[in-house]
Amino acid sequence: MIQLQHISKIFEQNNKPIYALKDINLNIPQGQIYGVIGKSGAGKSTLIRCVNLLEKPTSGKVFFDNQDITQLSNHQLIPIRRKISMIFQHFNLLTSRTVFGNIAFPLELNHTPKTMIKQKVNDLIELVGLKDKADAYPANLSGGQKQRVAIARALASDPKVLLCDEATSALDPETTRSILALLKNINQKLGLTILLITHEMDVVKQICDQVAVIHDGELVEQSSVGEMFSHAKTDIARQFIQSTLHLIIPDDYQSRLSHTRQEGLNPLLRLEFTGATVDSPLLSQIAKQFNVDTNIISAQMDYAGGVKFGLMLTEIQGQPENTSSAIQFLRDNHTTVEVLGYV
Amino acid sequence: MFDFIPSFKPFESLCKFLAQYHFWDDFVAFCSSFNGFNEAMIFKMAQATDQTIYMVILSGFWGTVIGLPIGILLYTTRKGQILECYAANGFISLMTNIFRSIPFIILIVWIIPFTTLIMGTFIGKQAAIVPLSIGVSPLIARMIENALLDVPKGLIEAARSMGSTPLQIIFKVLLPESLPIIVNSMTITLITLTGYIAMAGAVGAGGLGQLAIQYGYNGYKPAIMNTVLVILIIIVFIIQFIGNTIVKRVTHH
Repeated sequence: MIQLQHISKIFEQNNKPIYALKDINLNIPQGQIYGVIGKSGAGKSTLIRCVNLLEKPTSGKVFFDNQDITQLSNHQLIPIRRKISMIFQHFNLLTSRTVFGNIAFPLELNHTPKTMIKQKVNDLIELVGLKDKADAYPANLSGGQKQRVAIARALASDPKVLLCDEATSALDPETTRSILALLKNINQKLGLTILLITHEMDVVKQICDQVAVIHDGELVEQSSVGEMFSHAKTDIARQFIQSTLHLIIPDDYQSRLSHTRQEGLNPLLRLEFTGATVDSPLLSQIAKQFNVDTNIISAQMDYAGGVKFGLMLTEIQGQPENTSSAIQFLRDNHTTVEVLGYV
Repeated sequence: MFDFIPSFKPFESLCKFLAQYHFWDDFVAFCSSFNGFNEAMIFKMAQATDQTIYMVILSGFWGTVIGLPIGILLYTTRKGQILECYAANGFISLMTNIFRSIPFIILIVWIIPFTTLIMGTFIGKQAAIVPLSIGVSPLIARMIENALLDVPKGLIEAARSMGSTPLQIIFKVLLPESLPIIVNSMTITLITLTGYIAMAGAVGAGGLGQLAIQYGYNGYKPAIMNTVLVILIIIVFIIQFIGNTIVKRVTHH
C-alpha cells in the first residue's frame, strides 16, 4: 500500500545540515498495522510526515497504491491526502466546532452534500462510541474522547491508510488501551492500513503486525512483532522490548547483591525465554539434573504478535559447580541468561 | 458605493420624535440653563453623535475590508506558512509599517488629493471615511496577523493532512479558530477609531470631535465640551460591551 524508497531528509539549522532521515526503505502491506518505534529525536515524526508529504523528503520516493506521489504538485496531492488520513498526539481538533462539526470538516472540504454529511457523521460518531457527545465542544471532552473524535474525523474521507503520530502518548494507560482497541477494530472492520509511530513498545505489542525500529534517522531493524520479540537483533530493539517488561530487583535483594562470587552466595539470574523455550519446563529440568533449587523472585510472561515471551528473576541455590552447569544448560537451550550478581 | 448607509440618523430622528411631546420643552428649558445649550444645540449634538457612529461603522467596515486580507497575507506568507513567500511578506510588512508610522492627523491632509479623487470632496463625514479606513487598516492587518499567530500549528497541519486547499485553511480553520481574538482586537480597533474620528472632526469631518473643538474650545463653552466627552465615553462603553458579548458567544474554550 505504501512504499518508501531511499527516503532522506536533511534540515538546515544555522547553515549546518541535520540528517533527520537517512535512506529509509519501508514497505507497508495493505491491511496491516505497521509500527515504527523510536526514541524522541530519532526521526519518527519526520518519517510519518514524509508519507503524506506534509514534510517533503530531500531525496527518495514515496509510493501510494503503486503511484509515485513525490512527483505530484501541491494541488495534485489534495485527493491523495484525502486517502491518507492522520491522527495526532495532541488531537488537533477545531475548538470552534462541535464534535459533529469536526467530523464533518473533511467532508465539507470536498463539498459533500449536507444530507450525506449528516448521515455519515452520525454513523462515525456511533462507530467511535460518542453518540451523546455530538453537540459538545472539544474543550468539554476528555483526552480519550478527543482522540475518538480525531479518529472519526480521520475516517470520514474513507481513507485507505491511517497515519497515527504518537496517537496515544498523551493518554493514560487505560485510555490508551481503549483507543488501541478501537484502532484494531477499525483495522479489522474496514481493512484499513495503519502506520503508527510511537516510543512505547506496549503500543506495538498490543496492536502491531509489523514493527520497525528507527534510531538516529535510520531504520535499524524491521520484522514481524513476534520475530522482533523473540529474536531482536539490535541493542536498541532489545532496550525497547525490556522497557515493556518491568522487572526490577526487589530492594532487599538489591541491598545484599554482591558482584563477585563469594562462599555461601548464590547467583541471581535474569532469564529471558523466547519462542520455543517458553513452554519447556527448563527450571524443573535443571533442578533434577544438577541438584539445584530455584527460587523465583518475579516472573512475567507476555504475548506479542502471536509469540510468547517471558522474563524471570530467579536465584539458583546449590553447589557452585552445579549452578554453573545449570546456567550453561539454560544457555544451551536458547535462554538468554544474565547473571546480575550473587545473593 | 462607499457610503451604504447615507440616511443613518437615529439620534436626530429620535430628537425630532421626542420634540412632539410637551415634556420636550421642559427638557430644552433644563438644558438651556447650561451655558451654550439651546434647542438647536441639542439637535446639533444628536447630529454629531449620528455622524460619529456613522464614521465608526463605515470606516470600521472599509478598514476591515482593506486590513483583513492584508493581515491574512502577512500571516500566510510568513516562513513555514501555507503561502510562504519571502518577497511578498517583506513588501506587505514594509508597507504596513510605513502606513502605521504616519501620524493620523498628517495622513488626513496628506491623502487629500486621493480623497478628492474617489469621493469628489475632502470635507464632511463621507470624505472622512477614506483617511479613516486607510489609517486604521494597517492596525487591523497587524491585529489579524497576531490573532492568526495564536492558532496552534497542529491545526493547520491537520487541515493540510486532510487535503485542504490554502483558501479552505484560511476560511475554515484560521479565521473561525481565531475569531474570539479577532473580535477582541476589533473592539480595541473600533475604540481607537473613535479617537481618530474625533481628530478628523478637528479638520472638517464633522461629528462629536468637531462640535467639541468648535463650540467647546473655540467658543469656550465647557458644558458642551463635557457633554461631548460623556457621549464619547458612552459610545466607547457600548462598543466594549458589544465586543465582550460577541467574544463570549464565539469562545468555546
